[in-house]
This record gives sequence, C-alpha cells and structure tokens, in this order.
Amino acid sequence: MSTAVAEVVEKKSEPLFSKKNRKLISNPLDIDNPITVQVLGICSALAVTAQMKPAAVMALALLVVTASSNVIISLLRNAIPSRIRIIVQLAVVALWVVLVDQVLKAYVYEIWKQLSVFVGLIITNCIVMGRLEAFAMANKPGPSLLDGLGNGLGYGVILLIVAFFREFLGSGSIFGFKVFEELGIHYVGNGLMLLPAGACVIVGVVIWVQRSLNGYRESH
Amino acid sequence: MENLISIGVRSIFVENMIFAYFLGMCSYLAVSKKVKTAFGLGMAVIFVLGVTVPINWLIQNYILTQGALSWVSADFSSIDLSFLQFVVFIAVIAAMVQLTEMVIEKFSPALYGSLGIFLPLIAVNCAILGGSLFMVGRPYDLAEASVYGLGSGIGWMLAIVALAGIREKMKYSNVPGPLRGLGITFILVGLMSLGFLSFLGFTI
Repeated sequence: MSTAVAEVVEKKSEPLFSKKNRKLISNPLDIDNPITVQVLGICSALAVTAQMKPAAVMALALLVVTASSNVIISLLRNAIPSRIRIIVQLAVVALWVVLVDQVLKAYVYEIWKQLSVFVGLIITNCIVMGRLEAFAMANKPGPSLLDGLGNGLGYGVILLIVAFFREFLGSGSIFGFKVFEELGIHYVGNGLMLLPAGACVIVGVVIWVQRSLNGYRESH
Repeated sequence: MENLISIGVRSIFVENMIFAYFLGMCSYLAVSKKVKTAFGLGMAVIFVLGVTVPINWLIQNYILTQGALSWVSADFSSIDLSFLQFVVFIAVIAAMVQLTEMVIEKFSPALYGSLGIFLPLIAVNCAILGGSLFMVGRPYDLAEASVYGLGSGIGWMLAIVALAGIREKMKYSNVPGPLRGLGITFILVGLMSLGFLSFLGFTI
C-alpha cells in the first residue's frame, strides 16, 4: 500500500534507456523492492512459494500484468476522472488478469490448478495497483513500461529466493529435481518450511539480510 | 444449524484468512501499528466480506455458471459465463465499497473521519476477492456462504487486532537494526500462524 506521492520522472525528449530510466528497472530489484521495502504484494509471495515452479509462473504472470496495465493506464491517464479512477484501474487490471488466466489454463494446466485462486488475486495485488497509482497516473507510457517491468522483476526475484529455500529445505528438491536423492543422501524434509509459518519466517530473514547489506533502516 | 456453526468456527479459526491463506496481508502489515485503527479497519472488512460473499454467490449461481441462466429461458441453458467471474466479482466489490463509503459518510461522519483512507482501500484487499473465489470453489448454499463471509471477516479482524497489540508492545523491545519494522513483523506473523495451527482438525 503505497502512500507515496506520484513521482514524476519525465523530461521532454529523453532516450528510453537513459540513466534515469535504467534506474526505474534497477531500483526495484534492491533498494526500492516492492516486497521487502514497499510492502506490496505480500499475500501471493507467501502463498505460492512452497515450490519453485509455481513461483516462477506466478512471477511471470505478474510481470506481464504489471507492465501491460502500467502502459494502458499511462496512455489513458489524462482521460480518467480522478473520482472513479480506482474502478477504471481495476477494470484494466482485471482484463489483463483474465487474459493471463486463460493462457495459463490452456498451456500449463497443472500449475494453473496449483496456483488456484492466486492468479485471480493478481487483480487485487497491491503491486499492480500501487504502481498504477504512484507511477503510471503521472508518467508517459515509456517510463511506465520500464517501471512495471522493474517492479515485476523485483517481485519475481524475492519470490524465487523464498521458493528456493522453502523447496530445498522443505522437500529437498530444486524445481522438482530431487537433489539429495541424486547425491545418495537421506534427507527428511523440514515440514515447517512447507507451512505458511515457514514462509513468513523466511521472508523476515530475507528482509533482515537485505537490510544488513544495503543499510536501509526503519524506526519501528 | 450445526453445519452453519461449524462453517463459522472453521472460517474464523482453522481457515483463518491471514494465518492459513495469507490473504489481505498488505493492509494487515501496513495498518497494524495501532489497535484502534486496526479495529476500525477490521470492522469495515467484516461488513464488506459479509455483504459481498452472498451477493457474489447469487451472481455466480443465477448468472455465471453453466446452465444458470435457464431461469430466463430454456434457450440459455447451455451458456457458460464463468470466464467473466473475475471482472464481475471485482466490480461488485468496488461498487459495495463505494456504497459503504457513501452510507457511512451520510449517517456517521465521525466513523467516516476515523476510517478515512482505509475504506476505499478495502476494494483492493485480497481477503475480500479471495473470500468470493474460495466460496465458488466450495459447495455452499446461500446461508452457508453468508456465514462463511462473516466468519472470514471476523477471523481477519481478530488477527489484525492481535498483531496490533503485539506491535504496540514491540516499541519497547531492543530489536537489531536491520530487522526492525517489517522484518520482525514477518517473524511475529510466522509465530502467530504456528499458534493458530493448533486449531487444525478442530471440528464441532
């Protein structure tokens, strides 16, 4: 839930990959990460990360939805009356989510079933809404596309890190590949990692490590 | 009747929106710094969930599922509109939230002032849409769906008030710098969710 005032980063004729615009992609990966710093999109980050495969598909789905709705809202930004903007934003996001949902259902049915309601819940994923409100409503389509891609990637990176530890420690495999069995080691999976509680603790530790490295501090 | 009580208790404790499914986490983490605001948001969530789940049940069973339109005319009995589910549900939720906001503004300006920005934000709380989507996946009738909606809301409210209580006390603890704020809150939620695991297999 971002309360940030819309950031305006555009100038008249700026090349798409200027230094400032490259920051739009690189910042969300670390110091402005949607999950660990902006506290957006937590629900799905915890719920779909028991295994890496669904986590990767989910990250990809969100990347597509964020980037494309950012572009559309940015194109429409001058035509949307501010009183009904939430409903307009929800309608655009819902459109993309329905498309992604139908594509996933058609091509990766097993994973689609595993993700169950969480593909639908991308509509209310606060990363998408947060970026639309904070960025796309005030910027041109080009930077908005980059911002959407950056935040989608930042989300995906955290998702994959959390899923890696949960699947590795919880069931001793990576992307469904049984590591310990191949090495001939007997490993009893740690059931706690597969539970929601394990996900919370791992996200907490990821935040701890990240903030120790980049020096970001919060006063309670 | 027993069935309804069982669904109610299950949705509050065993299948708690926060601790079992992690729905509505964003506002859960962002608004849980003070017990008073947490309680206000919790009440609003109970209301919206309690209203939207039965409405969406009616829409799902009389308009969207395959054959649901046969009450209009026999020609429509093969129409399957369930791909419109997301769009229709979110529209109902957004409309209900807007309506709630206007009603509260008219009849209780004091409550409206204290809830402020949280009211519109409920529209994007995934616990609300999640409630409707879970309801579709289960064979509930209208009464059961209403109880399920209310119960999920109450469970969410209990969870956010409990976390806010703990976070108010955390101010006096010496937490390591990088873990302060969000990090320690996640670990707290993990521990609370372990506690709620003890309700697993609890039936009436």
